[in-house]
Amino acid sequence: MGADIALAVIGVCFVAPLLWLLLAAVDPQAGYQTKVPSAPSTANFSAVLTPELLFQPLANSLWLSAGTAVVNLLAAVLAAYPLSRYQSRFNKPFMYTVLFGTSLPVTAIMVPVYGLFVQLHLLDSMAATIFFMATTTLPMAIWMTKNFMDSVPLELEEAAWMDGASAMAALRTIVLPLMRPGLGVVFIFVFIQAWGNFFVPFILLLSPGKQPAAVSIFSFFGQHGAVAYGQLAAFSILYSVPVLLLYALVSRGMGNSFALSGAMKG
Amino acid sequence: MTIRRVLRLLPVVPSILLLLLFLVAPVAWSFYASFTNASLTGKAAQDPQWVGADNYARMFSDDSFPLSAWLTVVFVAASAVLGQNVLGLLIALLMTRSRKVVSSVVGTAVVAAWVLPEIVAAFAAYAYFNREGTLNQLAGIVGVDGVDWLYSFPLVAIILANTWRGTAFSMLVYRAALADVPRDISEAALMDGARGWQRLTFITLPLIRSSITTNLMLITLQTLAVFTLIWVMTAGGPANASTTLPVLAYQEAFKFGDIGYGTAVASVLILLGMVFGALYVRLLRERRP
Repeated sequence: MGADIALAVIGVCFVAPLLWLLLAAVDPQAGYQTKVPSAPSTANFSAVLTPELLFQPLANSLWLSAGTAVVNLLAAVLAAYPLSRYQSRFNKPFMYTVLFGTSLPVTAIMVPVYGLFVQLHLLDSMAATIFFMATTTLPMAIWMTKNFMDSVPLELEEAAWMDGASAMAALRTIVLPLMRPGLGVVFIFVFIQAWGNFFVPFILLLSPGKQPAAVSIFSFFGQHGAVAYGQLAAFSILYSVPVLLLYALVSRGMGNSFALSGAMKG
Repeated sequence: MTIRRVLRLLPVVPSILLLLLFLVAPVAWSFYASFTNASLTGKAAQDPQWVGADNYARMFSDDSFPLSAWLTVVFVAASAVLGQNVLGLLIALLMTRSRKVVSSVVGTAVVAAWVLPEIVAAFAAYAYFNREGTLNQLAGIVGVDGVDWLYSFPLVAIILANTWRGTAFSMLVYRAALADVPRDISEAALMDGARGWQRLTFITLPLIRSSITTNLMLITLQTLAVFTLIWVMTAGGPANASTTLPVLAYQEAFKFGDIGYGTAVASVLILLGMVFGALYVRLLRERRP
């Protein structure tokens, strides 16, 4: 009973900062005060439901995140295959180097990355931003993918090799279908990270037409003087829903530990 | 035979290329540029000059760097090591003793703050700590006069906000670790008459020690890199009172256009990350059976 009460108090503290978001979204007269709207309406939602404000930025987010996840998954699957299937004295050092790479603070490399992008004339390029974002999550993805691949028994491929299938054919027809749930986890994991990423597109993408929702949301935040509180809240909710759903999808299947399986399994 | 072995490693090449181009090269360039006067605009933008250790010398004579390094230490220690870590462990422990409904509802609330996109969490935290925000409204209910948190206590506000945002990770780690603690060990201790605190300090904590160290390492690294939350809440202000190292590197490089000095600050941050990263890898290696 004591534990229940203590836990409930903590839970209330965690929910409190989110109340404003939920209430302001349906309050056309929202400010920074948390109050039950006197005349709740969906006016804020209809105000932001326009091509320039919502759909274009969300489409950009989708394109960036899906692109990042695809590039990431392709590279990670290819890299994980030899690491999982063949014994080599390079495997261990490589895996530990990769693990080491997961701990580089990405905010610290943004200044040099900006410099690199200027030198290579890649600034404001969606494709280059996708490749960069894919690389920042690649170490984690390789690590997770290899762990998932290790759990597919090698015997299944050996039969295919006997029949003359190449390694890549065995990977495509036998290993990948068997680890589909694991691949889904890695894909969604990378997708969620890219979707929520603010700093990288903020630095690397300049034209408003290319900016994802994480960056365009800023136009509600006092850029033109007054803050459109209600619209900011409504937009935040619409922008957050996809990742909340994806997270729920993954955590239901994986018992909440999906995000940790890559980091905590040695 | 050797050729076949090399060919087998071929699929790793795309990953290696990506990592070399987008991670290793920027890190190398960062260390190089930190010894130049490279800038965003002007003459030094076209033709940066080698200035030796000038940027580093300036860093230690300047007031902003030592302040910022100190703020980073306080921010990481208070919000990650103390806040997220201790609160995460506490929640996980309480969950083992509470009803399933309560623990899953609270678990969802804690995780929600973590799964939300960082910028949305930052806006919510900004509104919460605002002069007219929820926190002061709650204080008003119990008759306490609110203060302007973001102006008077910016570091406290971002420490609390980061604890709110990041505790879910530690909670998940510790829930998994506690689930692995064999039940009969703590039951045997209970039979021997060990009290709650004793069981916690002499049995449970030693058993999950490796999870604790790994978790500390990871959340330290994550917190070291926090930018968006701080930038939205206080933008490093007022008067640098919440300028941690990532914010300082950003300001110097992009606001003041001083890429050389900005990369010097970033290089310090990268070095810090490398130290913690190396420790982390060592820890995991030792844990391997």
